[in-house]
Amino acid sequence: MAQAIEKQSSAPRSPVIPARTAAQSHFRTLRLGTPFQPRIDALARTNDWYNWAGYRAPHSLWDEELEYFAIRSQAALFDISPMTKYRIEGTDAEAFLDRVTLRDVTKLKAGRVHYTAWCDDEGFVLDDGTLFRLSPTRFRLCSQERHLPWLLDSAIGFDVTVEEETEAVAGLALQGPTSFAVLRDAGFAGVERLKIFDLAEFPHDGGPQGTSQVTISRTGFTGDLGYELFVPAEQALSLWDRLMAAGELRGIRAIGYTALNRARLEAGLIVANADFVTSEHAVRPDRLRMPDEIGLGFMIDLEKGHFNGRRAILEARAKHRLRHVLVGLEIEGNIPAEHAIVYHRKSQEVGLVSAAMWSPMAKRNIAIASLARPFGDTMVDDLWVEIYAMRELQYQKLMKRAKVVQRPFIKLDRRTANPPADF
Amino acid sequence: MKAWDAIVIGGGHNGLVNACYLQRAGLDVLVVEKNDWVGGAATSRELTPGFLYSNCSYVCSLFRPEIMRDLELPRFGLQVISYEGGAVFTRDGDYLANYRDHDAHRREFARFSRRDAEAYDRYARDVTRQCRFIQPLLMRTAPDPTSLRPRDLGELLYLGKKFAGLSAEEMALTLRFWTMSISDFLDEYFETDVIKANFALSGIIGTALGPMSPGTAYVLLHHYMGEVDGSVGAWGYARGGMGAVTRALAASFQASGGTIRTGAEVDHVLIRRGKAKGVILADGEEIHGKLVVSNADVKRTFLKLVEEKELPDIFLRRVRNFKIRGSSGKVNIALDSLPEFPALPKDSPVYRGDMHFTDSMERMERAYDDWKAGRWSADPFLDMVIPTTLDPTMSPPGKHFMSCFVQYAPPKVNGHDWTDADRDGFAESVISQIAEYSPGFRDRIVHMEVRTPREIEAEVGLTEGNIFQGELTFDQLLFNRPVPGYAQYRSPLSGLYICGSSTHPGGGVMGAPGRNAAAEILRDLAKPIHHMSPAHDVI
Repeated sequence: MAQAIEKQSSAPRSPVIPARTAAQSHFRTLRLGTPFQPRIDALARTNDWYNWAGYRAPHSLWDEELEYFAIRSQAALFDISPMTKYRIEGTDAEAFLDRVTLRDVTKLKAGRVHYTAWCDDEGFVLDDGTLFRLSPTRFRLCSQERHLPWLLDSAIGFDVTVEEETEAVAGLALQGPTSFAVLRDAGFAGVERLKIFDLAEFPHDGGPQGTSQVTISRTGFTGDLGYELFVPAEQALSLWDRLMAAGELRGIRAIGYTALNRARLEAGLIVANADFVTSEHAVRPDRLRMPDEIGLGFMIDLEKGHFNGRRAILEARAKHRLRHVLVGLEIEGNIPAEHAIVYHRKSQEVGLVSAAMWSPMAKRNIAIASLARPFGDTMVDDLWVEIYAMRELQYQKLMKRAKVVQRPFIKLDRRTANPPADF
Repeated sequence: MKAWDAIVIGGGHNGLVNACYLQRAGLDVLVVEKNDWVGGAATSRELTPGFLYSNCSYVCSLFRPEIMRDLELPRFGLQVISYEGGAVFTRDGDYLANYRDHDAHRREFARFSRRDAEAYDRYARDVTRQCRFIQPLLMRTAPDPTSLRPRDLGELLYLGKKFAGLSAEEMALTLRFWTMSISDFLDEYFETDVIKANFALSGIIGTALGPMSPGTAYVLLHHYMGEVDGSVGAWGYARGGMGAVTRALAASFQASGGTIRTGAEVDHVLIRRGKAKGVILADGEEIHGKLVVSNADVKRTFLKLVEEKELPDIFLRRVRNFKIRGSSGKVNIALDSLPEFPALPKDSPVYRGDMHFTDSMERMERAYDDWKAGRWSADPFLDMVIPTTLDPTMSPPGKHFMSCFVQYAPPKVNGHDWTDADRDGFAESVISQIAEYSPGFRDRIVHMEVRTPREIEAEVGLTEGNIFQGELTFDQLLFNRPVPGYAQYRSPLSGLYICGSSTHPGGGVMGAPGRNAAAEILRDLAKPIHHMSPAHDVI
């Protein structure tokens, strides 16, 4: 005898949510364009793309070497739209961010930006990023990785809303000695008043797209005079055109990531998941890093109240459990030591270079490396890097002396000069 | 009369893997298989002209690459093709897809929940960490914790060191992972029901437990620790169906001089003075062997093939109580054209992946409620694939083979044995579910093979049709699999070994039990094992 079945229809049919089904087609475009893509595509001579968080981003547009020199000599325009952006708003926004991040957010005034980082409860760095205080109760947090669950879970008990706004907000970095002149000539009146890490809102007439505000901050990732601009995605193209038109006589050029990456290394800045592994991505537990282990110990503010990871960081400091240190290296010769192993006395392996280059501005062979303490910390002598330089299908193995040096590798007065100069 | 060096009972994948390794060590090995074909539950048969089915197991990930390499399986025709993601259809006419591309995967989840979309990285990290803990244990004999033999102590130390190498947080997670329900586990990461249902399916497949039963989180891990050519967690189709795995094994075995006898059902193991001496076939034929290896599950081996009086009481009781419950069935369908799913765009890669219709944890658990009541699920959970979207060898061009793994199907229906009418009713529950999402589906059906636990047990010999030869719950893993004291492929009887999925590390088309058993046998014979490459590094 067959089983008696009470058949309920498993299929359907509560009504479809239209916005959700409309978004189905994303699978056809695995690498999205940013709001600036039409302009960037038109300038892409090399067609040298990479995947930045699901966006089609340029390694280079026409010549990676010359793009670097555009940063250092003129003004370079770099699309930062794929950067993850969270809008954090509410009466408790300040208290919430003070709890989540390492630095003292109560000291961050409205109209200011600071570079910060945040940790999990074990004190391991989840990410670093920039925190923009747009008003007393409104912030924008920009980062490499995505953190919505962490931020939402941390927000429990605070009167605050956290919204991911990566796609809604387009971003540009305008960097280089003429960047100020470009903005002034583009009609951003008052931009000369922005000191380093200041931000302000400026009107922008997007033509048929209407008028909006563009947020301009005197920040950047190059160690040079520079600004970052955020605008609603619909206004992106008109903003691009406005800058390009104003910059024509000042040598403005669009650039790709390779050039920017060189500038950031000269500036001694680190990149998440390039110079350290973020804690939500570290499959191997020994790859986790505390702020003190990646050169971010300066951010930790023990005077302020509790923040995520505080107890673990304090304990690690007290019990000398900080096992690594991130240092700047100056290496003899001119062959970049990318991903070279660092040795003590040419024999004991003590660390790894995560980024390296010949610095055109410093005329030195520079690198960022992670070393196992005490090397790089209290023991800084007799350090060497073993460089495997592939030349015409042969490794030229070089053992070169490395010296621990201060970062940044270059310091440019024009970065902080007030008022900013025309070039 | 000839005495073989070893007789392997059952030509399933583990029996064949075991036989291959023994033969290549210089033994003269005979495999006896009751069916007229080899393959056990990894078999592909042409039941209707032009269509090759994967009659039981249907996708491949767990099969150890070390074994494929040692036994030269590619040379004998084995190819595994990675497939693309999959989807859960939702009752509101949408679907949630899994895409291989990381960012597409995130965007797809974000259609349902931005938070859950961004929670995936931490979930993937934690699951990967647990897989990396277990992976190295697959190709090792589980230590006997009560033994003082140096090798057992060494293995225990290895296990202890691995565990001690975890951080406090990870240790906690490992213990939770091995014991908690997949539902509770997923609650720690995700908030959206369909997203949880999407992941939970790996926690219940082949298991007589529901997503809310403790122990199902480990089952998920068991499905994640495989790989396709280094891509950990990926699943693929064996080209030519899962029978390609055992066809290659059989060919490799024969090429190395091994002998296979099909249509040779073993009635019982020949035991003299407490020692296995060979097998007696159902027709009374006596075959002598210096040792006997059983690929049958632990219950079949010790409750059917060996007389009870030969075995210690406690061992017998534990074997009787070994959990090996029938929970699933299989519907294999030959289709004269590719089915359409109106919810799915025509160019979606999901057609080439695994498809499901159970879009909530509650539906999944309710399907299990039916099983507990002794009924097949009125609203079953299906794991449905169409391998012919990627494999041109299994059907004529334009026609397709669809494999539906169905859960839950009880070993007995309302306490009585399955009847043909029950089987038809079971099939109807499956077809009607598919047809609700795919209009015109019934008209495409050319032929259908329906397998309830009754058919699976009768043909393959798996007790109650349990696909893993025993539940993968923590009480039946590692040195407790299949029973404490006998986790090292030996039995209370000298010369009788077990090499099936009832042994460590368990079920799935993995081959590791067969290989590990061969290593133990060769150790007992003081034969070298140079022909077994070491387990691949997990770095």
